[in-house]
Amino acid sequence: MIRPHMIRPAGEHGLLVETGSLELSHRVDAALRRERPDRVVEIVPGPGTVLVVAPGGDRERLRERLADVLARERDRTPDAGPAGAAPVVTVPVVYDGADLEPVAELAGVGVDEVIARHTGCELVVGWLGFAPGFAYLTGLDPVLHVPRLGTPRTSVPAGSVAVAGPYSAVYPSASPGGWRLLGHTTLRVWDVAADPPSPFRPGTRVRFEPA
Amino acid sequence: MIEVIAPGPYATVQDLGRPGFAHLGVPGSGAADAASMRLANRLVGNPEGLAGIELTFGSARLRFLIGAWAALAGAPVPAGPVRGAGMGAPFWVPAGAELRLGAPSRGLRTYLAVRGGIAVPPVLGSRSTDSLSGLGPEPLRAGTRLPVGPAEGGLVADYAPLPELGPAVLRVLPGPRDDWFVPAALAELCAAPYVVTQDSNRVGVRLRGPELVRARQGELPSEGMVTGAVQVPPSGQPIVFLADHPPTGGYPVIAVLRAADLAVAAQLRPGDEVRFTLQRSR
Repeated sequence: MIRPHMIRPAGEHGLLVETGSLELSHRVDAALRRERPDRVVEIVPGPGTVLVVAPGGDRERLRERLADVLARERDRTPDAGPAGAAPVVTVPVVYDGADLEPVAELAGVGVDEVIARHTGCELVVGWLGFAPGFAYLTGLDPVLHVPRLGTPRTSVPAGSVAVAGPYSAVYPSASPGGWRLLGHTTLRVWDVAADPPSPFRPGTRVRFEPA
Repeated sequence: MIEVIAPGPYATVQDLGRPGFAHLGVPGSGAADAASMRLANRLVGNPEGLAGIELTFGSARLRFLIGAWAALAGAPVPAGPVRGAGMGAPFWVPAGAELRLGAPSRGLRTYLAVRGGIAVPPVLGSRSTDSLSGLGPEPLRAGTRLPVGPAEGGLVADYAPLPELGPAVLRVLPGPRDDWFVPAALAELCAAPYVVTQDSNRVGVRLRGPELVRARQGELPSEGMVTGAVQVPPSGQPIVFLADHPPTGGYPVIAVLRAADLAVAAQLRPGDEVRFTLQRSR
């Protein structure tokens, strides 16, 4: 049963689907991208929601359609989920970041252990935000969960590989930033001339490996 | 080619933006008052999606190196010395002429369309300057040269009465997160006028007025945001999201503007008063 509050109005053209989990957000996102209901221009998954924007469409019909998709994806057994089908991106990293040693200290392990744990887990793109192509990578080894810098840097170079809280990320372009830098990659994760401009999309699996 | 002699306080190239990339963290961008940009394009016989110039507080000087039809819409500005230059009707700018635009008597953003459109290279399908992410062309500066594209279709000489910029009323639909506020908050939003503050820009119209009190504390997990969202940060002072708003956000949205009222919001200037009025969701 999909109760009305699980599909919330977001203006005349938007509906916000409450999934309650990132995993279900990814499944609903993937289903909607496959099926593309009429007039849908944006599908934006988040940790507990998927925003769907469809200007000029029939919102009641879309609401019913979204309720169907939500019910169907929720009731599917997890092992039938798209995880196996999601693309994997390998990111080669030179572990020379300015915060590598402080992170090791905060984590109470050696630098080698930080690298081993960062390369030893498979991460999943949760969602993108903050800047174009900035992917919040979930599934980081809990030992590497360290707080952000007290004072953000005024400029972090593009390609910086960093951690903060439960997430890791690759800076897609130079920007200010408060995440702790472990190293850098030569893999371009944001290129407006490429199609798609980012190798990451919500649900993409990511592995870091020493370059 | 058009050469910018003076851009005024802030001027950018805008079209209808780059929808379809919000899931990659890309703002929609595009003309803040898209209705006026579309109108200016129609007046010179352009498809509505061609790029024009969005002026903030007018006060620009542009030299046309080629002769071209042009039209102005949005916040009304005095225009000269080009013969026939004015709001809401196409006029011919001869090669070499300088178009001077004054400050708007009311409203904030004026749109200049040129027949053929401003033909800077598109980024992710749009020529819009995105002030939040930096995508698209730089804001206009003295000396910026803007190519003009080839004209297509016929010119339909026309005149469009400009919409009245009367007392600003923004119609809102409740949600998606009105339940994060005390029950009286929606009534509070609509009870008394808010004042537009100085730090408003293409990202959002920041307002000062009655505080909107939350019923739920704690952090809302980041979620997708629509243009026109009335987002409420911890200060309780609402922000109306315009074209360059971040595609996701972590503060609850108490209500969303009717789509037609985005154009009204985009014309608000610092110091203006604005009222909200509630419309029930269909």
